[in-house]
Amino acid sequence: MAALKLTLGAALVVVLINVVLGTATAWVLVRDDFRGKALVNAVIDLPFALPTIVAGLTLLTLYGPTSPIGMNVAFTRTAIVLALCFVTLPFVIRTVQPVLHELDVEMEEAARSLGAGQLAVFRRIVLPNLLPGILSGAVLALARALGEIGAVVLISGNRPFSTEVASVFVLNRIESGDNVGAAAVAIVLLVAAFVLLLAIGAVRFYVTRHERG
Amino acid sequence: MGRRVGLRAVALGYLLIILLGPLAMVFYRTFQDGLHPVWQALSDPNTVHAFEVTLLATAVAVPLNTGFGVLCALAIVRRRFRGKGLLNAFIDLPLAISPVVVGLSLYLLYGRTGWFGGWFLGHGIQVLFAFPAIVLATVFVSVPFVAREVIPTLRELGNEQEQAAATLGATRWQRFWRITLPSIRWAVIYGVVLTTARCLGEYGAVAVVSGRIEGKTETATLRVEDYVLNFNQAGAYAVSLVLAALAVVVLVVMTLRRTREEAV
Repeated sequence: MAALKLTLGAALVVVLINVVLGTATAWVLVRDDFRGKALVNAVIDLPFALPTIVAGLTLLTLYGPTSPIGMNVAFTRTAIVLALCFVTLPFVIRTVQPVLHELDVEMEEAARSLGAGQLAVFRRIVLPNLLPGILSGAVLALARALGEIGAVVLISGNRPFSTEVASVFVLNRIESGDNVGAAAVAIVLLVAAFVLLLAIGAVRFYVTRHERG
Repeated sequence: MGRRVGLRAVALGYLLIILLGPLAMVFYRTFQDGLHPVWQALSDPNTVHAFEVTLLATAVAVPLNTGFGVLCALAIVRRRFRGKGLLNAFIDLPLAISPVVVGLSLYLLYGRTGWFGGWFLGHGIQVLFAFPAIVLATVFVSVPFVAREVIPTLRELGNEQEQAAATLGATRWQRFWRITLPSIRWAVIYGVVLTTARCLGEYGAVAVVSGRIEGKTETATLRVEDYVLNFNQAGAYAVSLVLAALAVVVLVVMTLRRTREEAV
């Protein structure tokens, strides 16, 4: 129970971080221009390509006990959030980017010429257009964060009731021969995955409502 | 202008903290004590064996999932049948589900008291804690990638060319090899690359079903964990570096593909 609560809490925090910073990053990658932008754009996909256990080790190296910048968060909940941020990084960025690319700047210019401030333009024009992209990215990130194990297992310390996430809990239960306990938590994760898949389907259905007529 | 630079700093700072900083650190730490410990770890027979297990499982999973992915994509885009929506949704399941849950289901199914496990053991085949289980886990988690890439390409392609070929007397087989496959080949290649990356990096499902017996059923990713838990930092970094190098190759392919798409 503690493991599930921890996982859900951490996953929600991570999704929130992704929604804000992921959207900001997508914005920078589409609208801004600077040296090395192509490289940054390429690096975004790294968490998809890199084995998660390697991701965990990299984070442990920089933010663990031997941290060269003196920032040791290993075996705390902060570490869990950090690890989940790493593996979910591309989702929101990659779903928002194409939408932002297609979005016509003229709409925003028109609004501005009619006297709308920065905030009004963002809230009433940009955000409504980006929302489906942000939502589907957020759901994908949530699904991934709930089930992640490789990136978390090395840096979280896996202390029961404190830093043991649901997937690690399942693994530990299996290894100590408690199949029932493992299955109970696994079922919750399974149901969550189904629900999130349905949610992604629903977002897709909503986005294509005009095409379907 | 100030706002724009501020946002750029926030976005790049975030990437630096989460992505680039940690990665640079691993490269630095790997070679901190020179090349000798790296070489020693990589030439350890158990490490070599771990890489062999990973590569072998990948070599089974990738062709299997490529064939299955292309077939599924063709069925979903071109055919009408009952349960098509269900297939379309379920093919994504391995993306949404925790790998540990995948591992647990295999564990319960192929364990001594599982539905299939008893039968296999009766015929003298050890599935769980042996190579077959590693392959099963790897195949399961890497199912969706080829289909996910091929489906949109097939949708855009339409089937006029194939119909034209059919009216000219081409058999179904000829139409597939001469028209469909060449048109979707980039999507297939991209899907294969993503599948390979997933297979090489699989950890959660394999951790449950492999039994992680050193030199026997340990994969490369499990080897990394093993080294970390035994405080052999150099070994962990060395194996990680090999896996990270493979990831960079994947990344290059992903970037090439995006550049191609933007050029079209």
